[in-house]
Order: sequence, then C-alpha cells, then structure tokens
Amino acid sequence: MNLTLKVWRQKNTQTAGKFVTYKAEGISPDMSFLEMLDVVNESLIKKQEDPIHFDHDCREGICGMCSLYINGRPHGPKRAITTCQLHMRSFSDGETITIEPWRSAAFPIVKDLATDRSAFDRIQQAGGFISVNTGGVPDANSTLIPKVIADEAFNSATCIGCGACVAACKNASAMLFTSAKITQLGLLPQGQPERWSRVQAMVNQMDEEGFGNCTNTGACEAECPKEITLMNISRMNNDFFSAELFREEHTHDGGGNG
Amino acid sequence: MSLNANIPQGPLAEKWSKHKFNLKLVNPANKRKYNVIVVGTGLAGASAAASLAELGYNVTAFCFQDSPRRAHSIAAQGGINAAKNYQNDGDSVYRLFYDTIKGGDYRAREANVHRLAEVSVNIIDQCVAQGVPFAREYGGLLDNRSFGGSQVSRTFYARGQTGQQLLLGAYSALNRQINLGKVKVYTRHEMLDVVMVDGHAKGIVTRNLITGDIDTHAGHAVLLCTGGYGNVFYLSTNAIGSNVTAAWRAHKRGAYFANPCYTQIHPTCIPVTGDHQSKLTLMSESLRNDGRVWAPKTVETAEKLRKKEITAAQVKEEDRDYFLERKYPSFGNLVPRDVASRNAKEMSDEGRGVGTSGLAVYLDFADAISRMGEDTVRAKYGNLFDMYYQITDENPYKQPMRIYPAVHYTMGGLWVDYNLSTNVKGLYALGECNFSDHGANRLGASALMQGLSDGYFVIPYTLGDYLATIGPKPVDTNHPAFAQTKQDVIDNVNKLLALKGTKTVVEYHRELGHIMWEYCGMARTEEGLTKAKAMIKELKADFWKNALVVGENEEFNLSLERAGRVADFIELGELMVTDALMRRESCGGHFRLESQTEEGEALRDDEHYAFVAAWEFKGENQEEELHKEELVFENVKLTQRSYK
Repeated sequence: MNLTLKVWRQKNTQTAGKFVTYKAEGISPDMSFLEMLDVVNESLIKKQEDPIHFDHDCREGICGMCSLYINGRPHGPKRAITTCQLHMRSFSDGETITIEPWRSAAFPIVKDLATDRSAFDRIQQAGGFISVNTGGVPDANSTLIPKVIADEAFNSATCIGCGACVAACKNASAMLFTSAKITQLGLLPQGQPERWSRVQAMVNQMDEEGFGNCTNTGACEAECPKEITLMNISRMNNDFFSAELFREEHTHDGGGNG
Repeated sequence: MSLNANIPQGPLAEKWSKHKFNLKLVNPANKRKYNVIVVGTGLAGASAAASLAELGYNVTAFCFQDSPRRAHSIAAQGGINAAKNYQNDGDSVYRLFYDTIKGGDYRAREANVHRLAEVSVNIIDQCVAQGVPFAREYGGLLDNRSFGGSQVSRTFYARGQTGQQLLLGAYSALNRQINLGKVKVYTRHEMLDVVMVDGHAKGIVTRNLITGDIDTHAGHAVLLCTGGYGNVFYLSTNAIGSNVTAAWRAHKRGAYFANPCYTQIHPTCIPVTGDHQSKLTLMSESLRNDGRVWAPKTVETAEKLRKKEITAAQVKEEDRDYFLERKYPSFGNLVPRDVASRNAKEMSDEGRGVGTSGLAVYLDFADAISRMGEDTVRAKYGNLFDMYYQITDENPYKQPMRIYPAVHYTMGGLWVDYNLSTNVKGLYALGECNFSDHGANRLGASALMQGLSDGYFVIPYTLGDYLATIGPKPVDTNHPAFAQTKQDVIDNVNKLLALKGTKTVVEYHRELGHIMWEYCGMARTEEGLTKAKAMIKELKADFWKNALVVGENEEFNLSLERAGRVADFIELGELMVTDALMRRESCGGHFRLESQTEEGEALRDDEHYAFVAAWEFKGENQEEELHKEELVFENVKLTQRSYK
C-alpha cells in the first residue's frame, strides 16, 4: 500500500504547529497503524530529519498511551480499539490520512502528536481511591459482592485513561473518564464510606482543569476504546447532586460549586 | 565482596516472622526525616511508594511514561496467585511454595519463595480493600481458576485484565499519597545513573524526556522497580519503552546482575507476520485451560495448511497431534511455560508448524465451544479473542488461534539479598527488576504476586532496618558526587548525539534481537553462544561508529532516548551470552542442547550449577567477574521436573 499522510507537526507547547505531508510507501496491510508510522520515522531519521513524535508504549491496547486523532476520529475509524490495535487493512491503497493530536485546552501539546494528559492524573489524585493503608484489612471473602455488581464495577474500571472521550467531545468534557472511576468505587461496598466526598472532589478537580461540561451528545461513548457507557455519567451526576443537596460532606467551603 | 543473602536462621515457616521481629524500626516521628527514591511505578514501584508514604516516609517516584498508571504491569492478563485455598482443593502456603520452587527448576532461594507464598494471601485482601474488581461467583465470593503448572485453582483474576486492575489499585493508593503530599511523582523522567556517596546509593540522575533537563535527586535510599529486560530480544511482549537502562547503569556502578540468561519464553503469543513487527502480543495462558494445543501429525498436512490449500477445520481428528496431551498426560495443556514453548518450537523445527511462516501451532477452542457454548467462552475470554481478531483478522470462534512462543519475562535481574537490597548499600531492587523468586522459570500468575509482595509487604519492613542504621541525617545534592555523576550522564548523552553514521538505532536493536533469539533463546549450544558473543562485540563496536542519532538534547527526542536504551541492551546482551555459556546445564526456560535426558527433556546439573550467578562489572570492555551464591535446599528434595 502507498499512502499520503497529513501530520500535525509542532516543535513544543510554545510554538505554533502546522500540517506536513509525508508519503508512506510499501506499507503492509498487516502492519499496525503505529508500525506504519515507525516505517515513516525510520525513513525520516535516515534523512537526518526529526521523526514524528507520538505517544505509545504497550501496543496491545491497554496502557492508554497512544492517542492519535485519525481522519477526524480518536483512535481512527474502528470501534472499540486503540490506535495501536488499528491495522492498515482498515485503509485502502492511495488513501490520504490526516493525523492530529488530541485537541483540548486541558491537554496541551507536548510535541507533534503527543499531549500532556496530567490533568487526568490530578483528577484521580483528588479522590479516585479508597482510603486504606497497606495491611490490617479484612479477609477478601469477608465482604460478599454480588456478581452483577462486581461485573459492572469492572466494566467501569476498564477505562485506560487515554483521553479519547475528551478528544471526541465538542465540549472537551472529561465526564466519561471521571465518572468511570466514580462509578467503579461507588458501586462497590468498599467505596461507600467516601462515596459522597469522592464525587465532589473529583468533579471539582475536573472543572478546575478546564474540561467542558456534558451535553449528552454521546460521542465519548461511541469513541471509547473500552466501551465505557454514558450510564457512568448518569451515575456520577446522580451521586454529585445527592452529595451536594442531601449529604453533609463538602470538600470546598460552601460546596456546591461543581 | 562476599555474597551474603542474609537469609534468617530457623525453620522455613518461621523465618519471615522472626526476621520481621529482628529488623530495626524507625521511630514514627523520624520517618518524615527520610526521603526514599522509587524508580518505576508498576506494581512493585507504585505499591512500594504508596506503602512507604503511608508509613510516613517522604517518597519521590519517577516514571518514563506520561502517567504512573501506564507502567507495563498494566498489560498482565491472566491473574495473580495466592494460597487462599478458597476452593478447598488442597492448596496451602507450603504447596504454593513447593510449586514455585519446583516450577523455577530449583534455582530460587527457599526462604524468599516461602515468604512470597506467605504474603500472597495478604495481597488479595489488600487489593479487594482498594476496590479491585476481581471476578466473583454468583454467591458473591471470589472466583479462582487454575493456571499453567498448577493442579489447584489459586489464581485470582479480573477477566483478561488482571494486571490492569491490580496496577490501577496500586496507582490509586499512590494517588492518595500524592494527594496527602507524601509522594511527589516525576513523569516522563528517565533515570540515567545512580549517585554513589561513600559506598552508599544516595541519589539518581534523571533526564526530563520533554525538555532534556538533566537533574540530580537525593534520597536516603534508592529503590529500582524498573521491570525486566525482555526487549533485549527486540521482539517481546514487553512495551516498546520497557528497558534495562536503570538496572544496567546501577550494575555499572557496582550492583551485581544475577542470572541474566534466565529469560522466559511464553508459549501462547500471536506469531510474527513480518520485519515491520514492533512487538509481540501475548494471549494469556489462561486460554490453555480450555484451548487444546495441536499440530498436524505429518509434514505433508502442515505444508497444505501453510499454503492455505486446506483449513485447520478440515484436518481430521486422527491427523492431529495434541502433542502436549500426548506427551504430558497428567498436566496436558497446562504444563509450565517452558515445556509448552519448547514443544511448540520442536513442532515447527520438524516442519509441522502452521501459518504462512510455519512458525506457529494451533490453540483450538472448538471442543470448549461445543462443551460450554460460545457465550460461556466469550464471557471467559472475550477480550482476548477480540484482541486476536484485531491483530490477525481471523475469527478464533470459527478457526483455531495460531500461537508461537515469544519472550515474555526475565527471571534474571539485579542480585538482591533477603531484604531486597542489592550488594550496593542503600540500593534496592523490587519486582521483575530483581532476580529473586522465580529461579530459572516463572510460573503463570506469579509475577503480579511477586511485584506486589515486594512492594506492599516486604520493603516496608526491610527498608526500615537500613534507614534506622544510617540515621536520619539529611541528604542533599551538594556532595560533589552528584555533580560528577551528572557530568558523566551529560557526556554520555553528548556521545550518543555525536553519532552521525548511517544506521538507525532501531536497526541495531533489531540486529541484536536476531542474535539473541537465535543463539540465546529457547535452545542454546556452546558453539552458538560463542559465535553470538563475537557477533555482539562486533555489533557494539559498529554501533559506536555507524549509528545515527538525530536532534538535540534540549527537546523531546525519541531517537536519543532509544539510542541510550539500545546501547545498554547491547552490553546486557553480551553478559547474557556470557552467563548462558557458563551455565552448561538445562534448567527452567533455559535449554542447553548438550544437557538433555534420553527423552529429550531438560537435564539439570545440580552438582555443578545449583547456584545463583551474580556478575560484577569490571570496566568498559572487560570480562565481568562471576560470584556464586550457593543455593541450599533444606526443605525440598531436588528432583528432575516431570509433568508426565
């Protein structure tokens, strides 16, 4: 296969970027999308040019590091997979492919196609945990958890933190990401003691990071490589308003500023 | 220097309890006066950083990824072992200990492995308390499954994403401590050296991967939790970024590297499709619980399959060789990884391999689907089947998977004593980064157990002993050793940036991988290893002459990052070959053709090789010096492993 790539190049956060066109030649349909970029990068290095920088690591769809916006869609044209699992057989010979980084004010571009997603870490740090120290915990089987609850919590817990939800959203909202952790811990008995403070802390942090609000478009759900559902957002909203209106706990003075 | 493993005296089952009592404690009010550096945020690093911070120490953690959550522990699929005996099927701490010692082919320390089995039960409790959503039964209790090399069901799992769930649990504990101000994390920072002050590790030098800033950080102790070195083979199931650099640079500062040639080749990976391949993808070995491994009985049938003249489904039952079931009737498809891998390779070597390359055997679910129904199979393995389909474009519900062995895990690593301390004072190694618990072969679902055991339940005790000994005197980066080590790092970076030859560093990496796989992979010979050693020396000389590195230090520079890692892999590769040459026996994942039984099974040589090989760096381009730690077995009897 021979392809034309239009790739966003940007030296660093401070400088302006632009699209640059490259040829990708002799591409095998069995290559992954990232392997196709490897081929292009090897040829750039051979010409002593700066290779295209993109984030990637495990290349098996679980680390959440890869993050390419391909032909206007996060992780490209196929459903429920990450960029690293996308193979070139999903494209046709002669096609022009546009590759951009995630676009969101809360994810500044680091270089070319790599962005800074530390905002996601800060949301987790605000409350995405259960406050237990190592040791001194009860036997694992002392708390019975219905299988349906455990499975549902697991479904939310499969979020890989890639940020495709933010990239897909016209409001650059991080609500699918945030709600997945809130739902996982909110469903489980272990998560109950901090349920209300957690949702307030995480939502407040999410707002502070500059992510937009949800307007129920559903693009996040459609583009999520792990198929996290909008139900998570509903649960988060429910918990958030419960916490604000009916519970006594507040993480900020006055509270209710979510 | 003599190698003292500091194994406590007394009966096996009492060693750890007794040792915990004997270890010095740090006064609670003094803990905040210590700073501990943790490099790597996978299962071992995140659990250690969080647990130490909970105790009151100040922790500085580093990872090269953009978030601590992305460490490669995240990719572990199958599960985590624990001797809970929830299934009432005869499991016990002793049985897990015994299975692990035997599975490691009697090349691990009894005391370490027993401790691992003891704390395994605490790990599950801890993870559940954190909200890790393990699989459950309808009654609400935890579910278990059996895993390669084990006859009891002791593996806890979260669908095919156990590593992810455990890591996110440890990450959440870490986040809590960041929130409380006890841990500071530096992401996108790569450790490039250890700073030694008066014979103690007192800090590290890092490069900020975005800005290129090279900085020094001081601490009372340095914990390396930087994973394994499987990427020395270029193709492996490791993440692209997984590397040996932190451990290797520590080695060059004096830390011994133990059993480097002990690498694990995992039997169930998706086969290679071509030269463009950048990594291999594992299919969890839990699949072997229900999948049956086979190859065609004859070379002729295999030939037809390779040419796609017939499909696997068209091969009649009597023309199939379920070789693991045939050769190992009591373990069948659940033989340990090394045995399964070697047998798959034999099939391909005999010309009975399938797939276009002939480098594959089948893993067939047709029986399982007809026995349990497609829905049950989907519920158990759905995500793995989907992954297979994405990569190969073949539907494993309709045709058997093609699998082939691939490098997966490295049992070797930095030498550590019972306290997880390297021979360098103040420098510790945890998780896959150390060599300690898996001997010459790791059992499935034991890596997660070891990473979390080291981080949650061992280091919080053993580190205190060292810290109490050195006292809380502040450490800072003003000592001249920091400036000197930083300068060494800068010089090395500049040396790499000056390489303006014609070959990219990826090309060198691929070449190294070919040498390692061919001569230091599943089967090794004296002749092949000798040849490999010369080839690697040549490759190294050529690298420093003809490699091409682009760009500058003061930017995000993938070419420079990779160059440093490949240079270290080349040096490690040579040491692995040296170690493999020295070990003239077959054991665990390591098969020496010169040492086999009449039936062609691995033949150990306990008389000459029941020791840990710990290698000391003696200077650039010098042969390393071997130190032996004899392995003493007081509780188990060494037998030839048999899974028949």
